[in-house]
This record gives sequence, structure tokens and C-alpha cells, in this order.
Amino acid sequence: MATKVDYPLAPGDKGLTTVFTPRVSPTLTLLAGWLIPGAGHLLLGKWIRGLLLLAAIVGMFSVGIALQGKIYTPNTGEPLDMLGFAGDLGAGMLYLLARLAGWGQAPVLIAVADYGTKFIVVAGLLNIVAAVDAHSLANGRKAS
Amino acid sequence: MSISHFSAVLLFSLFTSVVFGITQRSQPRMMIRFGAFCFVMFVTGTIAASWLMWLIKH
Repeated sequence: MATKVDYPLAPGDKGLTTVFTPRVSPTLTLLAGWLIPGAGHLLLGKWIRGLLLLAAIVGMFSVGIALQGKIYTPNTGEPLDMLGFAGDLGAGMLYLLARLAGWGQAPVLIAVADYGTKFIVVAGLLNIVAAVDAHSLANGRKAS
Repeated sequence: MSISHFSAVLLFSLFTSVVFGITQRSQPRMMIRFGAFCFVMFVTGTIAASWLMWLIKH
């Protein structure tokens, strides 16, 4: 799918229009980046960025698990739990892995465990940011 | 695993700054600068908020 990109040079200028043809499907990069942190960038050949994102997001999630953070589940009926679940779900395969392996603690008993819960949620949110960035690179919205 | 509150701040700031730096800037040099800026702002902001809470309490 080709995307038209406009580069206005100055106010009143009609700008330079180029046609951007993505090498990899933007949807595929978005999905890959969501499922595996950094995979969207790796698909685009941005190895260093992909590996750094992988290390940062997996590191954040792992510290959260190690601090005995809570893994949110759907359908608890509590609005804050639903928000926490949406954040956790952003981690993609990491979240599914945590649910399958039974990682995380349900009751948060100590302060650092609450930090762990936040680490897990923020890891999911950062993964969404990274996946959207890969999508923007793939469709030409972000230059490089 | 048990870590101090300050270690948690440092880890949180580091991981978040890496992602922000890469995703919010286009050039590698600017990514490093923005990542470092975010890290410093996270850490100093947390310390400043901690002292503010201490002052409110006392």
C-alpha cells in the first residue's frame, strides 16, 4: 500500500509530494510489535532500536514480576482493574505467558509489590507506544 | 526480589527513558539526548516530589 507524504517547505508553498511504498505491511509491524516487544522495529531492519526496546520492555515486565506485582484479569467488574487489565494486555505475549505460567500475585501486601504492579502495567503501555512507533515507521509517517 | 524505593525509581526511569528516547525522536543523537533528559527529569521529579511530601507532613 502506497502512502502520499507531503513535505511543505514554507508557508504558502505547495510542497513536495512523494509516494512512500512500505517494505513491510504497517499492520504486520503493529501486530508483531504488540505481540513481541521490539519485533516491529526488527522487521523493519532497525536492529539496535528493536533490541533496546525488547530489553527495556521485557526488563520492566520482569522486574514487575520479580517484585510480586499483580497481573490483572478481565471481568472483575472494578473500573480500575479494567484499566489495569488494558495496560497489562499491551504487553502482548508477555501477558499471555504470565497468565499461563501463573506469575504475579493477586493480593498486594507490601509497597514494592505495588511498584511491581505498576511496572507491569507501564511495560504494557510502553509496548503499545513502541508498536505504534513501528507502525509509523512502516507507513512513512515517521521519517526514520 | 526486594529492592529499595530509590532503586525502583532508577529502574523505572531507565526503562521508560529508553522507550521514550527511541519512539519520540527520529535521529539517533536526538534519541540519546531526549532519553537522557527524560531519565534526569524522572529521577529529579521523584526526589523533588518526595521532599515536597516530607515538607507537607512536617
